[in-house]
This record gives sequence, C-alpha cells and structure tokens, in this order.
Amino acid sequence: MPEITRVQELVYEIKIEEVRTRNVITVIPRTSMAELREVLREHRISGAPVMQNDQLVGIISVEDLIKALAGGEMKAKVGEKMTPNPVTLHADEPVVTAVDYFAKHDFGRFPVVDKKGKLIGILTRGDIIEGLLKKLEVEYHEEEIRRYRVSHIFEDIVSNRTSLILRYDVMASDFDHAGEASSKIKRALSRLGASPQIIRRTAIAAYEAEMNIIIHTDTGGEMVAEIQPGQIIIRAVDTGPGIPDIELAMQPGFSTAPEWIRELGFGAGMGLTNIQRCADEMQLESPGGRWTSLEVVIYLNRRRGEK
Amino acid sequence: MTLEELGRQLSLKVHTAVGKLRTEVTGGYAADLLSCVMAKAQAGNVWVTLQGHPNIVAVASLLDLAGVIITEGVAPDPATLEKAEEQGIPILTTPLTTFTVVGKLSALGVRGVDEA
Repeated sequence: MPEITRVQELVYEIKIEEVRTRNVITVIPRTSMAELREVLREHRISGAPVMQNDQLVGIISVEDLIKALAGGEMKAKVGEKMTPNPVTLHADEPVVTAVDYFAKHDFGRFPVVDKKGKLIGILTRGDIIEGLLKKLEVEYHEEEIRRYRVSHIFEDIVSNRTSLILRYDVMASDFDHAGEASSKIKRALSRLGASPQIIRRTAIAAYEAEMNIIIHTDTGGEMVAEIQPGQIIIRAVDTGPGIPDIELAMQPGFSTAPEWIRELGFGAGMGLTNIQRCADEMQLESPGGRWTSLEVVIYLNRRRGEK
Repeated sequence: MTLEELGRQLSLKVHTAVGKLRTEVTGGYAADLLSCVMAKAQAGNVWVTLQGHPNIVAVASLLDLAGVIITEGVAPDPATLEKAEEQGIPILTTPLTTFTVVGKLSALGVRGVDEA
C-alpha cells in the first residue's frame, strides 16, 4: 500500500483548465519560418498553435524551426512545416490526463480546447509544475491562516473566563476506536499552537483516561477537554462501576483488567500512574463505587509545582 | 539513521506509510505494555513490539513515534494497517524476536531512552 502524496491527489483533482496558459500566441499557415523565429523570440515561447479562420489547423515548435534553419528553409511557410491536426487536450479533463499525454506522445506542448473545440489555451510540462506548486502554496497558506486564527481565539474573543470545550463520547469495550478522542484533543492543541511538551503530557493523560473508560466501565462515559488561556483541564466521567479503593488503584502495577485485555497490552496497572506523572493537578473521585470522575489540570505557562 | 536504512539492514517488511520512512530515528523503545510505551517512548523513537492490534497506531500517533516494528512474525490486523496508512505511521514486520531486533538496532547505533 504505497502512500498517495498530496501532489498525486492534486493531479486528479485539478483540471487542465486551471493550469493552462491562457494567453496563447498563435500564428497562421501563411506566416514564414523567419517570422515565426521572431514571434517565438519575442514572446519567449517554444511553440505556437497554427490557426486559420478561427480553426486550429496545426502546431509548430522551435524544433521545426531548427530543422528549417539547418535546411536553409527560412522562407518556407509555417503551413508546410507544422504538425497538422495536433493532439489536443480538453479543458475539463484532469491534469493526470495531460501527464499521460506527455508520457505517451513525443510533444512538448498541447493546445487546450473547450467543449466546442475552440482553442482556449496551451499546456506545457512547465505549466503543470507551476500550477501544482501554486495550488500547494495556497493550501499551505490556508493551513497557516487556520493556525493563526485558532491561536488568536483567546486574544480576539474577550470574556472574563474564556474557554474552549471539546466533548467526546467514549464507548465501553470499543477497542477499535480506542485513542481517537485523545488524538483529536492532541490535534486541537497542536492547531492552538501549544508547545510539544504540553501536547505530549496532555496526550498521555487523555489517552490513559480514555482507555480506562473503554477497559473498565459498563456503559462508557465522556471525555471533556477544556482549554483555557492558562491551563488545560481533562475530565473523564463515567457511570460505573466505580473504583472501590482509590488508594489501591493508584498504586503502580495494580490492575483489575481481565487476562484477555492484558494480553493486548492494556491493563498494565500504569494508567493512573502515567496520568499523575503528566498532571499538575489530579483529582479522582468515585463515591460509593457508583461512578468515577477524573480531573486533570495541566498548566500552560507556569512551571510544574509553581502556584 | 532513518527508518528506511534500518529496514534495509534488518530486512524488515514495510507495510504502511512508505512516504514517512526517511525521517531520522531518534532512538528506540521495546515493550508490549501500552502504558509503558506511553510513559517512556519519545517522539521520533522506533517502537519494537509483539502487539499487532489497531491501538498500537493510536499510541504511535499520540507520541509522534517514527514507526513500529512488529516481531516474531505476528501479522498486524488489517484494521491496524488501514489506520496506520491513514495516519502516516510506518508499520514494519520481521520473523525475528524482539531481543534479536533490539540487539541489531543497538549495534546500528539506535540508543534507548535511558542511554546517553
């Protein structure tokens, strides 16, 4: 399964219409090769479609010119030296078609026509490369803008206590989607411009809390990430069966996970220990063994241990 | 050393994320308990494990690991490969045991998180 790159996707997404050169310099059959030389030189192009009465009748290139020059035929007409009835590309075809054409045919350029066969541009390999680069640049720029906007939420939207709250439902025993809530929280923090260390600590704490809901609860629970200007709060709340002895549960290596779950590598009894290691504040409650609520706070600006 | 070079030296089979093999590996970590991996493995590390279920992808992705080497001929679940491809996590496999793989990685200069 090879990875498909963004460029490969773009080749299918973008239409020839978007990358073609729009202002086409054309010549007519009666143009002489000497005149053609001037046209190519003046516009710094390597070929031109040949038009007669608004109809595309051929294409002439710098290669044809060189041959004429070598053969002393500069007075000959373009109409005699051109490639008649050239292979054309349709504007609404994807760029990948053009890539195939360049590989299949030995031409340096293709005239681009619309649905009615009218000439509306020309396409070279250079046009394709330039078009793809522009598109990639635009997309990169859009991602930058998105990052910028997100990281300014807390400056642009003013209140006494602004916070961004992300809620995720976590199903019991749903190992197929295990870690998805944590991954989404991680991505959100990355977009918000949090530092790699903060992202790492939050991701680890969120993952362990998420896994606890998946492994140990009867009916699942909810994960909430609350992002405030100065701290991140992760809350994991479920509806049971609860933890009878929190002190025991907090001991590294203590686990109540069944054997089959341990075989998958879960339930090592290190989850709560990991959470505690990543948290600046941690509160675990499970009154009467009916439900469990875990709250983890990670400071964004203060050093750990500082108040 | 990159994951691509390590894969070649150890004759590992690459299953996913071929485009992500050129990143430099920052070190290595081996364990089959996910919480231990969460606690210790560092960004850019290669992780050697016996586990082949989809959650290894979540762990690798959350920690920004360079990739996962699955040992002893364990065939990763199809769901694991699908997820790994989607999230750009290279999964490599080998019939060798974890011990042998780690020994070879160490000989090639890949250091553990507790080694200087």
